[in-house]
Amino acid sequence: MELNENEALKPPDASGRFGDFGGRFVPETLMPACLELEKAFNEAWADPSFRKQLDDLLADYAGRPSPLTDCPNLSELLGCRILLKREDLNHTGSHKINNVLGQALLAQRMGKTRLVAETGAGQHGVATATAAALLGMECCVYMGEVDVERQKLNVFRMRLLGAEVRTALSGSRTLKDAINEAMRDWVATVEDSHYCLGSVMGPHPYPWMVRTFHEVLGSEARSQCQERLGTTPDVVVACVGGGSNAIGIFSGFADSPADLVGVEPAGGAAVGRGVPGVVHGSRSFLMQDEFGQVLEAESISAGLDYPGVGPEHSFLAASGRARYESVTDTEVVEAFQLLSRLEGIIPALEPAHALAWVSRERASLAGKTVLINLSGRGDKDVDQILELLEKEGRA
Amino acid sequence: MSGAVEEALRARREAGGKSLVIYMTGALDDDFETTVLAVAAAGADVIEIGIPFSDPVMDGPVIQEANEKALKGGATPANILSRLERLDVGVPLAVMTYYNIAAHMGLERFAQSLAKAGVSGCILPDMPLEETADWAAAADAAGVETILLAAPTGDDERLTAVCERSRGFIYGVGLLGVTGVRSELASSATEIARRLKNLTDLPVLIGVGIGTPEQAVEAAAAGDGVVVGTAVVERMLSPEGPEGVAALVKDFREALNA
Repeated sequence: MELNENEALKPPDASGRFGDFGGRFVPETLMPACLELEKAFNEAWADPSFRKQLDDLLADYAGRPSPLTDCPNLSELLGCRILLKREDLNHTGSHKINNVLGQALLAQRMGKTRLVAETGAGQHGVATATAAALLGMECCVYMGEVDVERQKLNVFRMRLLGAEVRTALSGSRTLKDAINEAMRDWVATVEDSHYCLGSVMGPHPYPWMVRTFHEVLGSEARSQCQERLGTTPDVVVACVGGGSNAIGIFSGFADSPADLVGVEPAGGAAVGRGVPGVVHGSRSFLMQDEFGQVLEAESISAGLDYPGVGPEHSFLAASGRARYESVTDTEVVEAFQLLSRLEGIIPALEPAHALAWVSRERASLAGKTVLINLSGRGDKDVDQILELLEKEGRA
Repeated sequence: MSGAVEEALRARREAGGKSLVIYMTGALDDDFETTVLAVAAAGADVIEIGIPFSDPVMDGPVIQEANEKALKGGATPANILSRLERLDVGVPLAVMTYYNIAAHMGLERFAQSLAKAGVSGCILPDMPLEETADWAAAADAAGVETILLAAPTGDDERLTAVCERSRGFIYGVGLLGVTGVRSELASSATEIARRLKNLTDLPVLIGVGIGTPEQAVEAAAAGDGVVVGTAVVERMLSPEGPEGVAALVKDFREALNA
């Protein structure tokens, strides 16, 4: 399939499909809620008062716009000009707040009183708990047992913010299972609860709605690049688990000549190692066995430890508008330390994937301008990295 | 043209009785075949065989546990179907699994392999009405009845459309929630049964949250029968063996007959 630049990143069709990907594969119980959400989102997005409410919160509460930072030391080492979109400087420490404030306002507008969310690294859970605290809503966050263990600080943060954190004990006990539990909760509580999904995945309208809430970071980056560079960057790079930060930044450059690169963890490379399949509400690339059982991902990064990917990424991969690469945990840990040491910025393990790819591919990127979406900050990962480096005798 | 599932359930209704559909996880253990035959002999009108999936979002902890156990024991869609093909059960069979299992094999191939194994119906609980077309075309061509779920959250217009596309029976979801035994029957169970009975002539069976013979009788009163799953699977996971499962099914059958 050949796509021209203007066809990429267009809204899905009426069935929620981007090309062959997407749809609404949810239990019948949830279908009316998906239809209601779609309608409510479209109405809210067309309503200037809703947009103003959200824009005001993004500016005055979340701290937008986030800066664009040049990295002179890293650029010198790698031989290309590196720019970072600083989503790590948002309130709650990642890009997740953009989507969560949008969904929480929407849920309130729909008369829902409770937010249900899944979380991997805890960033989306913390953001959801934050929005719930701000708007006076109840909040319940599902988190896999493995992640509860490796992201203790974020678990405590969520509780501090007044959220209930429930541990998912089934399957791989990571993000995939937290999503299963959140969906089971929503099946039972759909009348008063809104499922505040944290990525560009799930049934329609979630992939489109979440992407729309993250467009703000892409459009900011586009105008910041224009001002700084007088043009668009040569390459735009972002990490991809479900893929919300990547879609956000790609959306700002889809109609530019920039190469779009998504970086997956080697142990959770849905696009790289998957085939099309259906789980968690949509058809997309999915790591699965020969019988269609979903495989368990394995990544150092709890936020990317997911065997699937948002359907729009599958579409961008199939159409060739974006390409998807993968990096190993070892490369990620190196990149995590590299940015900390050279630029005084401790990245989250998730965007460290994007940095790791740029570092590895420095020869082919020589002389180019590379924009990386620094989707989150690394405070939450410091414990885990300390433990790892101590084990290796390097701390 | 109606299939074997619908015929069996209509026959039960015409005889003035209430139908009992029993769900059991496929290839849970070595007793699989014995258990299927025992459940049929104990009075199930239709047996629903679960083909386990790694991420069963419509199922509660008991069926999740059975899914995991079956998968660890090497259950695959193909081996469950070939084990069923060798069985003469005497009552119609349906399969319940998730969309990806069918999609991964290929919808047409999956539908044909059900027919070849002697399976008459199929339930895919993560396939709402809007996503039904591709599967239903494959199932219709293979002569497999596509049984759809109707939920309490749907308005009458939606329930009517779901009933029109459903074959075999209409599976009324008894409560807002996933499969599992509850201490009391939800009022939504009789409510959805009543609503569906007003909208369709198809047999109306209520499932999800029906764990005891008493609850089955109460739910069946407003409809044409019930689907019982978790209580049966819980018994299958216990040390009581196929006889224990059969005894439970017999309790349900006798309560519905009384």
